[in-house]
Amino acid sequence: MKREGEVRISSGCAISGIFCKDGKRISGEAIRKSIAVMHNRSNGLGGGFAAYGIYPQYKEYFALHIFYDSQLAREETERFLDKRFDIINLSKIPVRQTPKIADAPLIWRYFVLPLPHMLQDSQLDEDEYTSRATIMINDSITGAYVVSCGKDMGVFKAVGYPEDVADFYRIEEYEGYSWTAHGRYPTNTPGWWAGSHPFSLLDLTVVHNGEISSYDANRRAVEMYGYSCNLLTDTEVITYILDYLTRKQRLTLKESSEVIAAPFWSTIAIKDEEDRKRLSYLRKMYSSFLVTGPFSILVGFRGGMMALNDRLKLRSLVAAEKGSTVYFSSEEAAIRVIEENPDRIWAPQGGDAVIVTLEKGADV
Amino acid sequence: MRRYRIRKDESCVSCLRCVRECSFGAITAGDDKSLVFHHEKCTDCQRCVSFCPAGAIYITEDENRFRRNAVFSEDDIKEIRLQAETGGVLLSSMGASGRNVPIYFDKMLLNASQVTNPSIDPLREPMETAVFLGQRPEGIERNQMGDIEDNLPPHLELKTPIMFSAMSYGAISLNVHKALASAAEKLGIYWNTGEGGLHESLYPYKEHTIVQVASGRFGVHETYLNTAAAIEIKIGQGAKPGIGGHLTGKKIIGDVSKTRMVPEGLDAISPAPHHDIYSIEDLAQLVMSIKEATHYEKPVIVKVAAVHNIAPIASGIARSGADIISIDGYRGGTGAAPKRIRDNVGIPIELAIASVDQRLREERIRDRVSVIVSGGIRNSSDAVKAIALGADAVSIGTAALCALGCHICASCHTGRCAWGLATQIPELTKRLDPEKGAELLVNLVNAWTREIKEIMGGMGINSIEALRGNRMALRGVDLNEKELEILGIRYAGE
Amino acid sequence: MNIFDIRKDGRDVIRRFDSNEITITGCLGERYIGCGMKKGVLHVKGTPGNALAAYLDGGTVYVDGNVQDAAADTMNAGLLAVNGSAGDALAYGMRGGRVYVLGDAGYRAGVHMKAYEDKKSILVIGGRAGSFLGEYLAGGIIIVLGLGYEDKRITGYFCGNGMYAGTIYLRTDKEPLNLSDKLIKRTVGDDERERIIRPIVTDFASRFSIPPERCLEGGFIAIEADKSKSYSQLYAAV
Repeated sequence: MKREGEVRISSGCAISGIFCKDGKRISGEAIRKSIAVMHNRSNGLGGGFAAYGIYPQYKEYFALHIFYDSQLAREETERFLDKRFDIINLSKIPVRQTPKIADAPLIWRYFVLPLPHMLQDSQLDEDEYTSRATIMINDSITGAYVVSCGKDMGVFKAVGYPEDVADFYRIEEYEGYSWTAHGRYPTNTPGWWAGSHPFSLLDLTVVHNGEISSYDANRRAVEMYGYSCNLLTDTEVITYILDYLTRKQRLTLKESSEVIAAPFWSTIAIKDEEDRKRLSYLRKMYSSFLVTGPFSILVGFRGGMMALNDRLKLRSLVAAEKGSTVYFSSEEAAIRVIEENPDRIWAPQGGDAVIVTLEKGADV
Repeated sequence: MRRYRIRKDESCVSCLRCVRECSFGAITAGDDKSLVFHHEKCTDCQRCVSFCPAGAIYITEDENRFRRNAVFSEDDIKEIRLQAETGGVLLSSMGASGRNVPIYFDKMLLNASQVTNPSIDPLREPMETAVFLGQRPEGIERNQMGDIEDNLPPHLELKTPIMFSAMSYGAISLNVHKALASAAEKLGIYWNTGEGGLHESLYPYKEHTIVQVASGRFGVHETYLNTAAAIEIKIGQGAKPGIGGHLTGKKIIGDVSKTRMVPEGLDAISPAPHHDIYSIEDLAQLVMSIKEATHYEKPVIVKVAAVHNIAPIASGIARSGADIISIDGYRGGTGAAPKRIRDNVGIPIELAIASVDQRLREERIRDRVSVIVSGGIRNSSDAVKAIALGADAVSIGTAALCALGCHICASCHTGRCAWGLATQIPELTKRLDPEKGAELLVNLVNAWTREIKEIMGGMGINSIEALRGNRMALRGVDLNEKELEILGIRYAGE
Repeated sequence: MNIFDIRKDGRDVIRRFDSNEITITGCLGERYIGCGMKKGVLHVKGTPGNALAAYLDGGTVYVDGNVQDAAADTMNAGLLAVNGSAGDALAYGMRGGRVYVLGDAGYRAGVHMKAYEDKKSILVIGGRAGSFLGEYLAGGIIIVLGLGYEDKRITGYFCGNGMYAGTIYLRTDKEPLNLSDKLIKRTVGDDERERIIRPIVTDFASRFSIPPERCLEGGFIAIEADKSKSYSQLYAAV
């Protein structure tokens, strides 16, 4: 049978996110509780978490989370890393064995910085250098898969229900100012660890609910610009589009959201002149990156989070605020379970990105 | 568009029977009771030919042809002209007429026993065709005494692996529904209401009725859900995957209106999607909410059209709580569909069965669900081949209508069916006597069942489950490597 | 009245007590509550999950907070009254009975609602409604009151797209944005307001103990299908 990466797999899902604008670090227990409420939206074939601010003692270093199928793959990868990076610390990621999570790969974590002379010779900035190195590992070392590689953040994912994945990774022992979670309902089995979500590139992570209908148009467009969609998932292509638009095209996240979830022309036509001009420009300029079909996504990045629905709002998404904390979820109940009385609770409109960032002076 | 030419020969006795039979206005009587032919209105439904007592009428393709062109056929040109005049979406009916889409059933041959194992004489030895459709749990449970507990969810029992496809009241007449329901009861199989609701007079056939819940939710209420042996959620159909429905207000009259619970004369529109299903987890939600409303007493079927990624779709359905997956292929019929959709969307059912069955097996969930297939099953050998590819049972729609008189003139969308099937006009619907119709359907299915038994017997198989997914029973001819690979069969002679 | 905690007693208690008045507390995302309920009164506390009161068939369901997606799906009869807001796809394919939401409704409220003879589905939204309100409307009445949104838009985009029967009443003088050319907008006269809107809104207001006059202040507009532009004109038979 063709596994994910060889064939495109449709999937439905649940998503949830918590962001502390004041930079307060909260335990992973809350996000676990939230995503567990939406058990029915997953089918046990994938769950995962992204967390920011969890490695304060190593916050200047790229944190690599890597899956290995074998010791051989680990040795080869470590030789590869040694040649390119200064490895400050390496260890197995601590897990709690549970019968609900089976067939785990070897899961390792490395804190690294590019070797200065190698970085200089490459003529790349350290982000691009690191991202290329991880793409090389994923493409060329059999049995090795880099799960995440940003600074002061990490992705924890597995095949299983999200609450079981949380227990497996002892997620309650981590403290972060920003959390996203994903429960997956793919239309295939056996499920694949690397195919679970969040998907990430550097410190950009995406969790996603829905199945986009523009997939192959988007994929072929983004692949023109040097990305390689290996997993054939919606989340992967959305991550690459966002990276391309923000990091390479230097659009703001808000503008990127207006490309991905561009309004209908008939809607643009009734906007005021300033909006109309900008939206028309973005639609014409980046028509290859219009994403259609149902999606709700949570995008995590260093210091912020974005929630976005497709322009028809074909998937549900609820947002809430309590003091400095912002919550997003596929279902209201998943917010109420951790914050019974929010100051405000609302459903963002389709195509209207909600972007939250750390307040000035927040210490992370 | 003129396509046929009507002629009569000298044996015509001027009885005007053809005038009375023609519902399309193609034959009328002149002042002197002579026949007047309106060739452009003829659909070649063969009603007049069948009823002419003298055998004097001939319908032929019009010999006036457009100049032959290697690229644009006469139909292409005629359709362009029609659309130039009307600005309309081309509307058609019955199954797809794709010019170059192969019928794979015709390229597969069946096996028979010779010497190494014995064939069986089905007339004298036991030969089982009963099929049970439904979910199966992953394992057994024992009570404290150590006895096995019956933990099987509700199943449908079919005496033969053939059932009647969903055709709605509105698209077809109540008399057709009556014939189907009564035949299903006599045969020990099931008929399917389609999405137009269930007429009250058919409530007694409850044990043999499958009710459909489609995006329009017409006539769907708690009584409807509970007056059935099973409930089918219709996501799509082979003739028009991804397209909603539109029953014109002209057909929403009398009991159709009452059964659909749509006011008379108002169009009945089925949205393209179910607006409460935008993702696979939403399907699970609808499946479970129907089970809640029916107290987990009935199997839930999810019907989809065979489209490109049908295998993972089927896998998703299997995991949604559904008990049975129904797949309708490219050649599936319809009462009305945009022609371009009908002829260009979807994939042939044979390929869909093969890939779905294979995928479900690779995922080890084939035994968890049952699979019903439809879309161009013309005879018993098509049914046997479908089962050997991996289906549990087949559904027939077009073939059932043919048993009732249909000649596939593909004019259902006009609402003037001369055979009284796809129409609501009382003078036409009365042309079908439901009792006689039931008899015809019973004969057809019994004949096919006998043939299926003959074929099984020839292969030395005496129970239909031993045929399911038994692809060694099939060999291909005139197929390329890729086709053989997808069908999972070997070439003849291999 | 019997009071149950859904976390301890499960959802089955609702079925067992369906002829009485019961309260179910502690809801947090549990689906299908009150599904197909034929009689009795059910009070729901907390945040119930999706498909609340689906196929509701005569029973009465009160919710003291918000409801999530697909509430009152394919509802047939009875009353659902929500003291908070509703998620997306509220009252999809509803066939009869009444759905009252005091707060806002999400996207696609009242899609393909119907009416037939004495069965007339009625949806009242106290606050504002999201885009695609009453899409494919096939009958029945939708009223959006816009309480607390005075002088603001009370519907989103594509209001009433594809509707072919029934009426959407909006308590505003602003025409919905990008209204389809297959729809007509008209101002509601006093007679229609008194005859049709008042009785419904009075019942609505009484369920939430708010003064009915507040819900009737100012003018209403009505959105209906333009019967001269039927879908049949789209096709050419071959």
